[in-house]
Amino acid sequence: MTRSGRWLVIGGLLLAVWGMTYGLYYAVFVEHQTLDTIGGSLTGAFVHAAEQASQKSQASMQAYANANYIYVRQVDAHGHWIGLGLLLVVLGIAFGRVGFSEPARMGLAGGLIAGAMLFPLGVLMETVIQGSIPKAVAVLGSALVIASLAGIAFGFSRDRGTA
Amino acid sequence: MSLHSDALNATPGGEIAASFSALSARRLLVIGGVALILVGMLFGDIFAVFVLHQNASRINENLLAATNAVAAHDPSSVPPHFMAIGGLLENRGTKVDAHVHMIDFGYLALLLALVQPFVAFSESARRKLAGALIFGAALLPVGVFLIHYVGLIYSPLESIGWASVFADFGGFIVLLVAAIELIGLWKYRQLPAASKPADALLADRSWASRTLFAWGTLLVLVGFFHGSYYAGTQLFANEASDVALLTQMTTGARDSAAQAVEDYAMLQGQKAVNIAAHSHIIEFGMLAILMAFFQPYVFLSERWRRIWVTTLLAGSVLLPVFVLLELRPGLLAGGIADIGGLLVIVALTGMLAGVVRYTGTLDAAAGGAR
Repeated sequence: MTRSGRWLVIGGLLLAVWGMTYGLYYAVFVEHQTLDTIGGSLTGAFVHAAEQASQKSQASMQAYANANYIYVRQVDAHGHWIGLGLLLVVLGIAFGRVGFSEPARMGLAGGLIAGAMLFPLGVLMETVIQGSIPKAVAVLGSALVIASLAGIAFGFSRDRGTA
Repeated sequence: MSLHSDALNATPGGEIAASFSALSARRLLVIGGVALILVGMLFGDIFAVFVLHQNASRINENLLAATNAVAAHDPSSVPPHFMAIGGLLENRGTKVDAHVHMIDFGYLALLLALVQPFVAFSESARRKLAGALIFGAALLPVGVFLIHYVGLIYSPLESIGWASVFADFGGFIVLLVAAIELIGLWKYRQLPAASKPADALLADRSWASRTLFAWGTLLVLVGFFHGSYYAGTQLFANEASDVALLTQMTTGARDSAAQAVEDYAMLQGQKAVNIAAHSHIIEFGMLAILMAFFQPYVFLSERWRRIWVTTLLAGSVLLPVFVLLELRPGLLAGGIADIGGLLVIVALTGMLAGVVRYTGTLDAAAGGAR
């Protein structure tokens, strides 16, 4: 296995383990409470509206919106870390087939690993930090993943068994 | 002559053939993994045709009823409708979970099949681990599927039923096997370099393998690009619309609230098709990359191998593209998307038939040698 491929396999395994650990923590300590908040506050918003208690209804609707916003991003971060981790492992095993020089492959592997870490991190940061920094981190991460994958796809198409 | 033919000509002495001997861990994982993916996909197709849309309609009916209860100032009628929505969401959620887990465990089985030569355990131990993985990988989705139907019948626990217990047990087996395989990989790293032969399977450079690698990576790339585009341009707006429409249901007059329910259903559909297109194209890309590794085991003529590769890739493009278009031409696009899914299933079945044929050739040759 090439050095770049080894980096991808190790990076992917670490990322997948990190994503699963985060998912386990999330499932045990956070998810059920979040789902209860989402369901309870939405029901509450409708019940209060039927009682004509509009302020309480709006407060419940806001609680629903906040909980849903956080829930979507937490689940997304978990799923993307694991998914990208497994993609890194699979690509790493076959990275010798990418028809470029080893330094170029190292560049692609580094970009993909950095993007795979940063993109879900930026998504998760959106739940705790206001403003444009989290979005910038997520955009940078996804741009790195997209550019690296484009390079790798092109590299695979150049492979003629000489690697 | 292709590398594939070379490999078979060398049977049973060839290195590729040796890595796929009868009842070997790799053979169990490849055949079991592809079978899990096929069953998961078939289940997904059946679910999409017979359950998904009907379920969404019932959710909307209950949401409309809750909205009407608000307009009628009848708070006691609201919770039962949300309870019903909860039940419908559980019904949908458990079926989606069963579909996704079965396919993803199939991918895990293929990934583990790939690394078997680098797991430093005896073949007998690896075979037992492979069997346990396939068992756990089948148990979890079956258990998850049954959660909605079994509920809490005969359960000694307050909120967890037997189906959940068996599903969790299946997941635990998979996790345990994966952890033990990691230990085996770690042990392999410590072996001297001389006792680490190269895996001949990874050296295959046939047309089928190269095409699946390049297109698989491209599919993942397109799926990731689409997901990023959706997140960047529509996600925040959709979330704002979601809350605005729900608020309209609780504050508007009866007519405007009913319109809000209709718009809300359309918004949910829009979100669902975007997420489905994004996840399916990436999953199909991963499948193409994984199947690229195992092309030397697909014992078919070069023509048929090319046909199945092309069919797999065509279906992998058709399904997500037409899922995305489902909101506009509607049923026609949905039908074409289902055909795309069917093409992937047919192609994978064709490849599995080639793998099974290869095992027959190897076993017959081994039997003759005895």
